[in-house]
Amino acid sequence: MGMAMEGIKMSSSKSIMSTHIFSTDHKTIGKQFLFFGIFFLLFGGFQALLIRWQLAYPEQPVPWWLLGFLFDGDGGIITPDMYNQLFTMHGTIMIFWAITPLLIGAFGNFLIPLQIGAKDMAFPTLNMLSFWTFFLSGVVLLVSYFLPMGVASGGWTSYPPLSLPAGGIPGLGQAFWTLSITVMGVATMMGAINYVITIIRLRAPGMTYFRMPLSVWGLWLASILNVIFVPVIAAGLIMLLIDQLLGTQFFLAGRLAAGGGGDPLLFQHVFWIFGHPEVYILILPVWGIVSELLSVFSRKPAFGYKVTAICMSTIVVLSSLVWGHHMYTTGMSPLLGKTFMFLTLLISIPSSIFFFNWLATLWRGSLHFDPPMLYTMAVIWVFAIGGLTGLYNATVTADIYLHDTMFVVGHFHYTMAASVLFGGYAAIAYWFPRMFGRMLNPFISKVHFWGTFITINLVFFNMMALGYAGHHRRIYNPNEYEFLQPLMDMNIFITIMALLLGAFQILYLYNFVQSLFKGKVAETNPWKANTLEWSMDYPIPHGNFETIPQVVNGPNEYSHPNVKDADWVCQTVKIEGES
Amino acid sequence: MDQAITMNKTSFGTATTGKLGMWLFIVMDGLTFGAILIGGLGLRIGAESWPAAGSVLNVPLTAFNTFLLICSSFTMVMALNSILRGDQKGLVKYLILTIAGGVLFLCVQVWEYSHFIIGSEHLESILKGAGFTGSQFLPTTGIYGSTFYATTMFHGLHVLSGVIYLSIILSMAFKEKFGPDNYDRVEIAGLFWHFIDLVWILVFTVIYLI
Repeated sequence: MGMAMEGIKMSSSKSIMSTHIFSTDHKTIGKQFLFFGIFFLLFGGFQALLIRWQLAYPEQPVPWWLLGFLFDGDGGIITPDMYNQLFTMHGTIMIFWAITPLLIGAFGNFLIPLQIGAKDMAFPTLNMLSFWTFFLSGVVLLVSYFLPMGVASGGWTSYPPLSLPAGGIPGLGQAFWTLSITVMGVATMMGAINYVITIIRLRAPGMTYFRMPLSVWGLWLASILNVIFVPVIAAGLIMLLIDQLLGTQFFLAGRLAAGGGGDPLLFQHVFWIFGHPEVYILILPVWGIVSELLSVFSRKPAFGYKVTAICMSTIVVLSSLVWGHHMYTTGMSPLLGKTFMFLTLLISIPSSIFFFNWLATLWRGSLHFDPPMLYTMAVIWVFAIGGLTGLYNATVTADIYLHDTMFVVGHFHYTMAASVLFGGYAAIAYWFPRMFGRMLNPFISKVHFWGTFITINLVFFNMMALGYAGHHRRIYNPNEYEFLQPLMDMNIFITIMALLLGAFQILYLYNFVQSLFKGKVAETNPWKANTLEWSMDYPIPHGNFETIPQVVNGPNEYSHPNVKDADWVCQTVKIEGES
Repeated sequence: MDQAITMNKTSFGTATTGKLGMWLFIVMDGLTFGAILIGGLGLRIGAESWPAAGSVLNVPLTAFNTFLLICSSFTMVMALNSILRGDQKGLVKYLILTIAGGVLFLCVQVWEYSHFIIGSEHLESILKGAGFTGSQFLPTTGIYGSTFYATTMFHGLHVLSGVIYLSIILSMAFKEKFGPDNYDRVEIAGLFWHFIDLVWILVFTVIYLI
């Protein structure tokens, strides 16, 4: 037991090093992940705007307000090589260094112990190591920008042989890409072990699995997927890395390989065996947070709480059986293709069930449109579009036409970017008072919400329209294709909307920083929520609970008829007449 | 601290949190090894030709290495058994033997690698028989070299980390930090060591024997 809880003892020696930098307090580590994620979100978002600039104004000088001086060496324009690097790093950074730390890193750390009534994670030191390993991986990634031949440019999927020196991209950029993701994977594994074991072992007495807030369910299921599939991609990355550095031939074939080569398709399989669950790893925490917040701001229990939890678990199982739908165009046997299609379409059943649970939670609720609720409602909208367009990509016949077009880009941005971003904004707006003791400015939050909601839809919906018209993704200059020239206006419109979208995020950043220091001081339980994290005054000390609470209720007992003079009741307070 | 103890009764029997963590890690590590081994086997099935077992690789030498690792697993069990009986000297003795087994294993592996990398005329003739050119057996020697080096190197790194891990446990054993009621860390380190041993038997079978 000594090992598991040694972090708590350290809190007696209070230097800045131990309280803010190498802290083992899960709350501090959560905030570290939050700042880390926001930094990379801005960095990756900036690269997206550069991609959009090139697509709307091909080979025109980048203006000063998009930091055009960075491209001075090439006459101010984005060269084809740079363009490849931009979309590669945009995808890589957003998935692994922005979304993952924002949701799983920040809120996984911050929420799990507080919401299940634990003093800290099961392995606080490992938790601290997880963040600093993650930090290291970010450093490795950033260092690769200073390599003589530049960063990786093989796309975020880095398919070999393109990503191998023998097959295409020169320099060490690809190897740094592989190495940084491997290190990131190690950090993720440390975190995943911690989350899973913490939830299994450290739930407070009475906190049964079906009394955990759905946000914890989402984070737990995402961690279970991490436990199973990050090791698989680790194997793939190790093979890719030694292919790149030692000259092994796992993913080289044909004339490129000497003395009997391997198979590039093997990498695609390994990549997507991890890659498809990965998209659920990113979205599951959002599903959980949305389920929880809808209940809080509708002031009624989450409709079908158990069904939602079970549906999410079903998706965890199904998500591991569908990776082949990313590979329909690789010459897959029709029978296999149909099997993957069937399994993929099956996912729509549990997703629809909890989606309707969300709507039923809203039904006749007493809705409070505070900023967290607005962001949550936005998730419902964008996830509906993202989910429904997924069916087109899952269907073999439609996908063979849509594969590698902007339709796919629009689809996965609706799920991965829009849904996850709004989920993250909802979570930040909701738990900001718990993390920093102050409220986000509600007016600026609402302006940001409307601005983001309108522009993000105009960007990604139009991308799908472009894709349907045959606009390929990852192309440098659409004007080079005659059939794409009439679509240029659409490209320009998307870019203008994307720039506006970016501007609203600057506004958000202003709101975040300003509220951090000067925001209205929050009361203890500003949203009148039931869950345990709101049962203490700010700041919550290292070790959270003085005595471990005894939980007697589920998380969503809002507007319970037996509770007089309040529409909420803490999970630790017994409700009259309930057994 | 109390919390974890009260939770013991409700989930997963009496296993401590640390032990549960190690089990989960072993599952994860097993998946990585599994992916590397299955990937290698998949490529082998697709390969045009494959050297016969024992023609390039030195099976008797590696069989000795396998025996060594199994023995070190046995001494690890004895180490845990000693501390269960409160025998501090026994714990130290068997931990040293276990670490020695691991170090010797690594030495044999380095010796094996060095012969392949330096190369020789004898090796050249063997490789020629298997369809390769050159007098050295390297990671670049076809998919055969790729799978051999990737799998054994990854396992070797595990043995190395196991040796470091056990050395830390040994330094604590010198200070008599363990006892019949406090042997959790020895047991957890043992789990990791046995896992490395078990994986090696799979690696030996897949890479050397078949």
